[in-house]
Amino acid sequence: MSKFQKKKKGMPGISTASLPDIVFMLLFFFMVTTVMRETTLKVQFKLPQATEVKKLEKKSLVSYIYVGKAKDLPGDQIQLNDRISSVKDVKTFIFGERATRKEEDIPYLTTSIKADMEANVGTITDIKIELRDINALKINYSTRKGSALDNIKN
Amino acid sequence: MARRDTPEINAGSMADIAFLLLIFFLVTTTMDVDTGISRKLPEKQPEDIVPPVLKEKNVFEVNINRNNEILVEGDQFMKVDQLREAAMKFIDNGGGKDADGNDCTWCKGDKDLTSSDHPKKAIISLQSDRGTSYATYIAVQNELVGAYTVLRNRYANEKFGKDFDRLSNEQQKVIQTDIYPQIISEAEPTK
Repeated sequence: MSKFQKKKKGMPGISTASLPDIVFMLLFFFMVTTVMRETTLKVQFKLPQATEVKKLEKKSLVSYIYVGKAKDLPGDQIQLNDRISSVKDVKTFIFGERATRKEEDIPYLTTSIKADMEANVGTITDIKIELRDINALKINYSTRKGSALDNIKN
Repeated sequence: MARRDTPEINAGSMADIAFLLLIFFLVTTTMDVDTGISRKLPEKQPEDIVPPVLKEKNVFEVNINRNNEILVEGDQFMKVDQLREAAMKFIDNGGGKDADGNDCTWCKGDKDLTSSDHPKKAIISLQSDRGTSYATYIAVQNELVGAYTVLRNRYANEKFGKDFDRLSNEQQKVIQTDIYPQIISEAEPTK
């Protein structure tokens, strides 16, 4: 019994018993907010800047097309899902994206084009023509927030 | 006796385990919000469609060539930073009447007879080259959209005392369709 009566006098130490609870709370917060990157990027791109930007809402209704430079290939490359593809595959890609969504959501599907600053407008236009052909009309040019004038250094 | 002998599980390392997981998720979390310029593509037109006849003064022509130089209205070279003002001047001109014969009472432009009649009739036509760089293209789009944003904000502040973004959906819709509709047409790029 004397074991329990050995009490120290003076300031008691701060209880760390609730530390795990606090940490767990933070842990759950980050677990819930984490979005793992679904695609590995095969192309490199630096997004242009713009001021008149809108936030893309409802990420589940967005499909991404990446345009940029690839390691060993010349010119602009288009990446759909995990592969480097050609413009002709855009239609198949969008149909595939549509198949995974609910039917009533299809008109709200947005295609976000993440293209490199140095890409050619021709490549982007080719993609846009493909998208128009299959009636995927909502697009979004992905940009960073910043002055558009920084894009062009005269 | 056996019950008393069962030792309590030491929970002291629980915090360490949780910290480890916490750090993992902290590192993998990306909190980037996707932002960008939203546009709507035109619907596919049938081959035999007759394009509507437009008066040349109602069209604000912007051409970008493959050296990323900007030509406005066929005769003026411009830098990107001048474009917004030129576009605003064109949209806000209000030199005539709209399709229903109404004047543009909210326009503050020069009422120049050789420029656009009415914001509802004013069309911005953008043509680029296939070799134009995407950065320039975005910058030009940004300035053109920006011109509309400035005008809409000006109108919203005068009428409602608030910025356009803070108006209700109905008020925004009125401005978008009847006051300053955003008409930017993109021609197919030159090869």
